[in-house]
Order: sequence, then structure tokens, then C-alpha cells
Amino acid sequence: MQDTFRLRINGEVHAVTVPPDMPLLWVLRDVIGLTGTKFGCGIAQCGACTVHVDGRPVRSCLLPTSAVGEQAVTTIEGIGETKEGARVQMAWLALEVIQCGYCQSGQIMSAAALLAQTPAPDDADIDAAMAGNICRCGTYLRIRAAIKLAASGDAA
Amino acid sequence: MMRSAVSWFERLGRTRQILAIAGAAALVVLLAAAAWLVGVPGAMDFADGRKVALADYPGADPTGVPAALAGAGLVERGEYLARAADCVVCHTGPGGVPYAGGFAFTLPFGTIYSTNITPDEETGIGQYTDAQFLAAVQRGVGRHGEGLYPAMPYTSYGYMTDADILAIKAYLLTLEPVRAPSPEARLAFPFNQRWLMHVWSAMFAPHKGFMPNAEKSAEWNRGAYLAEALAHCGECHTPRNLVFAIDNRAKFKGAVAAGWRAYNITQDRKTGIGDWSEADLLSYLSTGHAPGRGTASGPMGEAIDESFSLLAPEDRRALVAYVRSVPAKSSALPASLAPAAPASHRLGAETADALGKTLFEGACVSCHAWTGEGTLSPLATLTGARAVNDPSAINVVQAIVSGDHRAAAGGIISMPAFGGAYSDTEIAALANYVTARFGAAPSRVTEKDVASLRRQAGG
Amino acid sequence: MPAVENLSLNPTRRGLLAGALAGGFVLAFRVPAGAQPESEPDQPADEPAGPFAPNAFIRIDPAGRTTLTMPQVEMGQGIYTAVAMILAEELDADFASVALEHAPPNDRLYANPTFGIQVTGNSNSVRAFWMPLRAAGAAARAMLVEAAATQWGVDPASCATASGEVVHAESGKRLAYGALVGAASALSPPADPPLKDPKDFRLVGKSLKRFDTPDKTNGKTVYGIDAMLPGMKIATVAHSPVVGGKVAHVDEAAAMAVPGVRRVVVLDDLVAVVGDHMWAAKTGLAALAVAWNDGPNASVSSQDVWTALREASAHEGAVAKSVGDADGMLKKGGAIEAAYEMPFLAHAPMEPLNCTVRLTPESCEIWIGTQVISRVQKTVADLVGLPQDKVVVHNHYIGGGFGRRLEPDMALTAARVAQAMIGETVKVVWTREEDIRHDVYRPVYRDTVAATLSKGKIAALKYKVTGSSIIARWLPPAFQKGIDIDAIDCAVDMPYDVPNFHVEYVRAEPQGVPTGFWRGVGPNNNVFAIESFMDELARKAGKDPVAFRRDMLDKEPRAKAALDLAAEKSGWGGALPRRAGRGVCVQPAFGSFIATVVEAEVDTSGEVRLRRVTCAVDTGIAVNPDTVVAQLEGGLIFGLTAALYGEITIRDGRVEQSNFNDYRMLRINEVPPIEVHVIASGAAPGGIGETGTTAGPPALRNAIYAATGIPLRRMPVDREVLAGKKEAWR
Ligand code: FES
Ligand code: FES
Repeated sequence: MQDTFRLRINGEVHAVTVPPDMPLLWVLRDVIGLTGTKFGCGIAQCGACTVHVDGRPVRSCLLPTSAVGEQAVTTIEGIGETKEGARVQMAWLALEVIQCGYCQSGQIMSAAALLAQTPAPDDADIDAAMAGNICRCGTYLRIRAAIKLAASGDAA
Repeated sequence: MMRSAVSWFERLGRTRQILAIAGAAALVVLLAAAAWLVGVPGAMDFADGRKVALADYPGADPTGVPAALAGAGLVERGEYLARAADCVVCHTGPGGVPYAGGFAFTLPFGTIYSTNITPDEETGIGQYTDAQFLAAVQRGVGRHGEGLYPAMPYTSYGYMTDADILAIKAYLLTLEPVRAPSPEARLAFPFNQRWLMHVWSAMFAPHKGFMPNAEKSAEWNRGAYLAEALAHCGECHTPRNLVFAIDNRAKFKGAVAAGWRAYNITQDRKTGIGDWSEADLLSYLSTGHAPGRGTASGPMGEAIDESFSLLAPEDRRALVAYVRSVPAKSSALPASLAPAAPASHRLGAETADALGKTLFEGACVSCHAWTGEGTLSPLATLTGARAVNDPSAINVVQAIVSGDHRAAAGGIISMPAFGGAYSDTEIAALANYVTARFGAAPSRVTEKDVASLRRQAGG
Repeated sequence: MPAVENLSLNPTRRGLLAGALAGGFVLAFRVPAGAQPESEPDQPADEPAGPFAPNAFIRIDPAGRTTLTMPQVEMGQGIYTAVAMILAEELDADFASVALEHAPPNDRLYANPTFGIQVTGNSNSVRAFWMPLRAAGAAARAMLVEAAATQWGVDPASCATASGEVVHAESGKRLAYGALVGAASALSPPADPPLKDPKDFRLVGKSLKRFDTPDKTNGKTVYGIDAMLPGMKIATVAHSPVVGGKVAHVDEAAAMAVPGVRRVVVLDDLVAVVGDHMWAAKTGLAALAVAWNDGPNASVSSQDVWTALREASAHEGAVAKSVGDADGMLKKGGAIEAAYEMPFLAHAPMEPLNCTVRLTPESCEIWIGTQVISRVQKTVADLVGLPQDKVVVHNHYIGGGFGRRLEPDMALTAARVAQAMIGETVKVVWTREEDIRHDVYRPVYRDTVAATLSKGKIAALKYKVTGSSIIARWLPPAFQKGIDIDAIDCAVDMPYDVPNFHVEYVRAEPQGVPTGFWRGVGPNNNVFAIESFMDELARKAGKDPVAFRRDMLDKEPRAKAALDLAAEKSGWGGALPRRAGRGVCVQPAFGSFIATVVEAEVDTSGEVRLRRVTCAVDTGIAVNPDTVVAQLEGGLIFGLTAALYGEITIRDGRVEQSNFNDYRMLRINEVPPIEVHVIASGAAPGGIGETGTTAGPPALRNAIYAATGIPLRRMPVDREVLAGKKEAWR
């Protein structure tokens, strides 16, 4: 069974005809072509697929497209348009967080959501928001430092 | 409270040495004595009214298949009944061919395996005569006269009519025969003395046949037949006494079976399902989930997927009608369920143990959220689920250990299994964190409890 | 970029080619194989007496933009930036105008069949490029200077260069490189252009920003898995769960009924479902309910593998090194013995394996991120029966390699699927479960060690490695006389001065489990066993582990200096809480000398908490020091993850783990602070990408030993042993 959904992604409406239980991840990547959102595990264990749905960080690999509805979806391609997203991206470059980069779309999305909720996060807040994002290259220490830098506003 | 985490299995395990010394003869005496002392009531004795022979029941026949299948052939009827009796779940090994057996029941005194019930001549039921098949299903007597262990629920199946059982047999005989000898049971003395099972079944599982209640509606009687003869609800939801017999004086009050807790399904409003609406119950049975009530997992999840969700809607309604007539009995569970937890990780009731939180924020929060309200699917909502409000945390531990992967009617359930890579200490800490944050009372599960629960579930 | 044949090329005896291209300047050169210490085998010898085959190109266009195109791939190690820095340094280019690229699509240069095996691995990119690239940069600079000097009619020696310009100080004339490309192209490269004195370096040694990272913050970077081609279909695969198994039965109709499924491809040993998107492919594959005939490996279990390995380990091995008379000394009695065992490990790069293929009767195009581009090309060419130059490989950024992408199997699988759909483009994406269950695993190893002590030092040491030979499969010519040079790496060249020293290797292949290179390769195993044993010996000698090592490092002053610095910075010897300990590891791996101190704490239930890591590194000239630090941080976390959680187990011929729930990763809330101290050094650059990985496990193991007194001899850390619930294995 397929249905047509009108998804609001990064401020643009995309009409897609897909099975209702198809996770948003594959709609983004394979149907719309927004490949910045990554597939890492498919079981909500790695965070590579994180997008924002109405500002909340959500693992798109398990989010049925039918559950998105009217809610605004923001992906890594659009996060630079938000204040927190832009700050996070700058801090990431300032501290040279990234290695292979594959996990980093998800890391940046989780970090931007954290800052939107908690503008001055401490270590416990960072753990609570970021522990669901795996980085196989081991960039965690720089992620922590970059979130603090982004929060301080000094990277901008 | 922690005592409740220790099942009767464990207690029996502790008496094992005494039993072994006492020996088989002593056990017979013991069983007999217990039987006399206990005097277990029948499964439907709670209901007032006159029981009559099936033929004398004036209403519609409560046995057999639903109306839509009345005209169907024997095999098709058998298929429906096999589903209603949920044969496949126990008669399929992990990753194995359906009905080919090999599923392990891990007991404190050993391990037994389900048998192959495909038509294979040698290792399956291909050579069973009708009489032999009936004897096995209704009375727990194997083809060579051996007593079957009551992991085979013949206490319940004994209520099934001959016609229904033979329809199931006809269906099974249409399956592809699979050669699959079932592994030898590994049991300690005296539990390996199969002849004892004859004594046991004579005392605790007398085959009396199904007797409708003349004063109850046809729907109630159909529900009774489905619940007691086919779905065998009491095998898990009713506690057993010291000699492993279902103790109907505490009917449906909840019990631990195979390391999972089957909850109280009596009409008790606080600890049972008394405040579940009919819609809640129907939703639960047909999709494995009722909003705000949690999601079936473990053995109940399998029962929903393989059996309840596949029944005719009127059969599910009959089941619900019957179950709702079982009198309330309260169990030792918190009387009120905890509301959703706060959205911030900083707020909310928690345990002092930091390990649980560390694990939760890494592996769990992506789906279950800090609030406990599923982020990705209502199926992942913990708030309101009995399991997280159960301070024994038995089912929380099991769900963490073995996960759940099912395509349920309500969506895909995809809970990864963490038992392989996480230690007993970690799982205990995580379960304690989860019950503290999302439940009415925190659990105090220890690593030993987790190890024991893993064993009971066959892990 | 047009083909290289179109260039008018002027070869020199240094193996440089220069030429003009669309008004620009091109310098082609070859990064030779074997530009690394001989114990490290990743690059095979050049093809004997083949024509000169450049594999790297410097291109300067009239606008002055300088581009380096090279076969090494970027997979997070910062290689593009480091290599560009080396080039810009000698070329005196304006660093801001230097870019680095991997082969752009349709670049026939990269399909050149005379290329050797191009490989990115073994932490050797900087090491391999260091001299050739400096020489090429210096040659290009000399040619640009000569072109300017000729134009001005001055002596080239009177000209200088700075930031992309040739400057004649006397006359005040200056010309940008871009303006000189035409004239420079006509010149022959000089034979031996002088190289800069390292003290004059203005880029190398500075922490510069990486080129590849900006696009990794906004989703623009295209990894292999992101290839998007017109009309492309997406497939996912199930390989036989048991190596050597075959498909017995599939329910094709069930898969075809899934919306979006286009095709089911059933091959001998694998099944693929092709759909409009991954979801269709994935649900289709699940619906297939494949039944398998498991074949000869059906009953293999981890236990069988260990039993066989232990039996093999009892045999004598091929002698890799023998100094003095270790055997004789050990026979005199008083020998201290131990055995160490290492588990199978999966790579689990963050980007699941994938490959996109378009196959026609005449040609094949491949989109992939690989560490072995030419091997991918050859493997697929052999499969489909096309000449190698008809197989075009578009390489991409790599979302984690760690050695997994040193294998071409994902390309082979994709090409086999593509053979069933000629003319169509198909992207084959593995699920994480498939990725974990069909890896080429870091082999299980067993190391037996025996030593005698005399006056607080090791008098004799005998070390025997038993394990799979990856080299014998991966690079057969390098497997000589029964010795796998990777498997004994960091054993034969361990840093301690031991007068009687003997190393042997026994090859033992695990049944039904393919093995491959894994970040840290051979040294992972050897550094673990030797450094663990060092702590046990120190205890026997009644010495502090740092002092014990230090006393035997006189011949390796760089290692000793690293050890001293790590000890100092870690507060070695300072007080710690109960059940906490520090552990040290010293290693010479990959041409870098590194000492690491891990501080950890073990609670009574056996849970281990990492408290702090301190690392001192002498990697020679650190081209981009921040990258060195980042690689060590990441490598340490990679190694510590394996030490704490990593183990692939086999049951009924199948890998039991499947995804991150049961093949576990350290997370941000479990990693400790890591301090890396880079030691200033004038030596040639060493490798760095894998060194942290080899350092983590032994240092952690020794910290646990210090905290609990329990000498773990198997990895991963067994928490039941630490809880006292189980005997320590020995
Ligand atoms: S791909 Fe969604 S969490 Fe890993
Ligand atoms: S940067 Fe490679 S996985 Fe995070």
C-alpha cells in the first residue's frame, strides 16, 4: 500500500508517494535526494539519521513517514539556517571536530537541538543529548568542546 | 518486594536437593498429599451456574470455529483452531521451521524441548493415530505411553473437543514434513522420571472435557472455550502451586512463567485490567498495543502475533467478555501507574546509581525519550505500561535482554536485544533506572536477579 | 580532465613528467610503492620494468589555483590537507589556493591499467608521499622560477618564491604562478631540485584547517553511499550466513508483492532485492524468507576456532628474528611464561558498505568509496570479463575505512547483482546487520611468551604469534618463508633492548571465518601481548612498570623520551582512589614512538570506568599537529572500544553479533578526557592513523592489572573475571 504525503522539509513542500510505514530516512535519501542525512544502523542506536521534527531531534530511520504529518522537518542541509545550527557548524570547524564525517550530520543535528533547548549546557546535558550518537572515528571529546564553544558564542 | 522477582521456579530449584533425596516414591506421596490438601478448583468454577454436557447446552455450540468458517473444510478449520491454540509459538525452535519443534523450556531442574509436529513419519506426528494424538493433546500421554511434561498445556487442551483436536491434526498433516528429532530433555532426578507425569496429570489435569455453563450467554461460553481450552491463558496468568498445578483459587491473578511476568488479568481496577475499556482490550489483543497501556512483548507479544490478532473479531470479543467476568483479585503491584516523566533528564525520580542513566541516555532515549512517551512510535511508550510500574522489573529486564522484533498490526516493533553485549550489572542498573523514572516504585534488581531471569527465559 | 596521452610530457630520471594542459601546467609524478619501512607491507612492489606510470598530478591553472590529484583517499585521517601542506610547502604556493581532489568522474587517468595497487592504509599516506611530493613540489617551483627568470633575463638563483609568486628582489619584479604556467610547461623538470631545510617550513608543522571538513558540516559531502544517478535502483543483499553456504529456497513472490520492489536477484550464495528505495529493498528481503544450505562450515563455533588455534600454537613456527640464544637461556630455568589471546573484531565503519554499478555489455562504471581503487577495478573487470580500462571507478569520500575498505568484496557483490540487470544502474547498500555479519574480521591471535629476568631486566625473551595470515591472501608475493610480516610487526622491532630475543610465527587460518586488516593491523596484537607481558615481568622483577621499561630503552631514545613525558604528564606514581590504577604502554608502531597512560577504575561488579588518558607522541615532523592529536584521540577511543566491548563470536557457523546493540561502541558519556602531547622532532614523519588503536588496549589492561591485581590475558575485558565470578583465563 502506498500513500501520498506532503512533507515540509527545510521550508519546502515535497509530495511523495510511499508506503506509510516507510521511515522518513529513506524518503529523504532515496526519494527526495537529500543525502546529507545518513544511514548508520536502522535501529535508533547510532544517531546518524537524526533530523528535527518540529525542532525535536528524531531518529529518522525508525520514524514512519505517516507520523510526520504537518510537522516541519529540518535536515542537515537546512540546519545552517537556524541560529543554533549555524553556531554549531562554526564551532565544529573552529575545533576541527570532524574526521570521516559520516556521523557528523547526526551529531550536528543533535547538538543544534540541544542548544535550542538548553543554551548553556553542562557536561551532563551534553551526555543526555549526545550519548545516542555514535562516532566510530572517536571525535567525542571535540564534540563536547565544540558544543561548549557554540554555546559561548565565541565561534561566531 | 524483591521476593516477587523470584519465581516459583527458583523456589522449587532450592528444594531440589531435598526432593532428590526423598526420591520418587516419596514424591508420589507428597504429590498426593498436596493434591488432597490443595483441592484445586476447575478453570471455570468461579462462575455461578449449572454446567451441562456440551450436547445439552441450549445455545450455539461454543466449540469449533466462528460462523464465517462453519462451512469450511476440515483443514481450514484446523488451521484456525491451531492458531487459536497458539501451537506454533512453542513448537518452533529459534530460527527454525514452523511446527518442527526444538523450542527449549529452561527449568531450574533441566531443559525440555518442544516436539516436531510436522507430518514427518519418524520425528513428527506422521504415524500418530487419532487416538494417540488425542491422548497427547488432552491427557499428556505420548505415543509410546510416556507422560508428557506439562509445558505442553494439556491441562487446558483437555477441555478441547475431539473434533477440534482432530481438525488441528488434519491441518498439521498438510504441512511440509520436516525431519527434526527433538533434542533429548536434560533433567535431574526425579524430574526425569516420566512415569511420574502420569501420576501428576491424573491428579492435576484430569481430562473432563468442556462443560458449558447453562446460565451464561453463548458469547460467554464461546469466550470460555477460547480462553480455557484453546488460548490456555491460565497456563501463564494463573499462579501455580508447589506441585506445579494451576491454582484457580487465584485465577488470572498473574504469575511468572518462563522468566516473564504474566500480569493480573482479573477485574481488579488497580492491579488488574478492571479499568481497561473493552476497546483497550480489543486493541491490545488485535494489535499488541493499547494507547497508554503499553505494548505486548515477550511471550504475550508472540501470542498476539501468532494467535489473538488472527482470530475472528467476534472471537476476540467473546474472549474479552469472558475474561471480564473473572472476579477481581488484587496482586502485590502498585495501585496507581506513574504519569509521564519530565522532559528534562535533570528532573524526575531517579536512582542514585549513575550507571543506569548512562546506559539509558546512550541506548534507550532515542526511542523512549526522557518522558517515556515514545518519540518514534506509540509502541515505544513506557508511560502507563504495567511492566515499568512493576517493582520486580521482571519484564523490563527481559525486554532489555531479548528485545523484540515483530511486525505487529499497530506498526513495527523494533526493540534491539541488549543481552548479548551488556552485563548483568548493567542490565540491572538500567532496569532500576527505568522503573524509577517511569514507574510507580523503583525496582531493586540485582545482577543475580538478571542472571536468574536470563536462565528462566532460556537465554 | 583529458587523458594524459594528450600531454606533451618531458620525463626526467626522477620520474617526473611535466606538460601543458589547457593553458595550465601539469606535473605528473609517481608515489612509489615501498616508501615505508620494510616491515610494513601494504604497498606491493612496482610492476617490474613497466612504463613510467604517474599516479599523482599537480595542476596549476592560469588563475594560480593549484590542484593535487592523487590516489590516496580521505577517510577522516586528514590526508588531503596534510598532503596539500607538504606540496604547498615545497612549491611555496599560496596555501589558500591549493586544493586536493580524488579522481573526478570520467577521469581516465584513474582507470589507467598500468597503475599498481593503489592503497590507502597502514598509516602510510604521509610517509609514502613525504619525499616524492616534496621533490615534485620543489621541481615545479624550480620550473616556475626558471620561467620567470628567463622572461626577466635574470639568473634564476637571484629569484625567490613566496605565496604563489616568483619574486626578483633586486628589480622588485614579481609574477604570479598562474601567469607562468605556459612558459613553465615547456621546460623539463630539473633532476634534483633542492629541498627546503625543515627549519624554513612555514606550513608544515602548523595546525591548519582541513579542506574536507566544511562540506561535512552541511551534508554536501558525497560518500559512496550517497551516489545518486538517473534511474538508479537500490538493492540490499543477504549473503549466506555461513561462509560457503548456498541458497536453498526463497519465496520470490512474497518479495515482489512489497510495494516498490522491482526485482529479486537470486545467486548461488546471495540474494538481493532491488527496489525503488532502500525501504522496498529491505522489506522485500525480509519477505523473501531465504532458506540456506549451510555447507561445510555449518557447525563451526568460536570454541572450535580457539581449540584449533591453541593446537596450532603448540607447533614450532617460522623464525622471524633470532638474536643471541633465547632458547638456551630459557632452558636454564626460572622462565616466566604467559599466553595472550585476541578475539575476532568487526570494523563497523559508520558508513555501511555499499557500491553502485552500471554494467553494459561494453563498459562498467562504479561509484564507491574504497581504499583500493585499482583492486576494485580489477576485481570487477575479471568478474564481468571486460578489459580493465573499460571499468571506470569513481572514488568517493569514505565514511570510515579502518581496513574494511581494503577489500573489494562490496564491489564484487554489487557487480554480481548488476550482472542480472544489464544497462541499469543499481546501488547495493548493506544493512548494518549484513555489514557486521559479513566482515573480514580482525583475526583471532594467540601469543605465547616466555622470558627470564636478570638484574631487573629481561635477559631472554621468546615470543610466538599464532594467527591468520592476511598478507598471504591479500598480497601473496609478500608472504615469504612462512612469515607474515604484518603479523610480526612490532614484535620483531619491539623497542626494548633484550640480548637474547627470538620471534616465531605460526600461520593458522580459522575455519569459515574470513580475516582482514583492521585498524592497527599486526601491531594491535603484538603491542598488546608484549606490553601486557612487560607489566607482568615488572611485577616479578619488583619494579615499577615505567621504571622497568625505561631501563631497557637506552637504544630507543625517542621511545624513552615519550615514556618520560607520558609518565610526567599523567602524574604517574601519584595517589589514586581504591580500585583505580594506571597502566602504561610503549610502542614503536608505524614509525611513531608513543607512550600512553590509561587511568581506569574497576568496581566490585567488574564494571570498568575510564578516568583519563595521557599520551606522548614522537611522530617525527608532525605535518599537521592538530590532525596528529585528532587521530590519536580517535584511535585511542577505537582501541579502547575494542578492549572493553569488542568480540565477534561464531555459533553454528554464523556470526552472533548484528548491530550496535550487540556489537557495542563507546559513547560520548563513557569516554574519558584524553591529553595528547606532541614531541617536537626533526625526523621524517611517521604514521599516526592507527597508533592510538594499538595503544589503548594494553594501557587499559595494565591499568586494570594495577587496580585489581588481575592480569587479564584475553580481550575483551571480561567483567565477570573482574567481579571475581570467574577464574581469570590463563
Ligand atoms: S540510522 Fe537511525 S539511529 Fe542509526
Ligand atoms: S567522524 Fe567518522 S564516524 Fe564520526
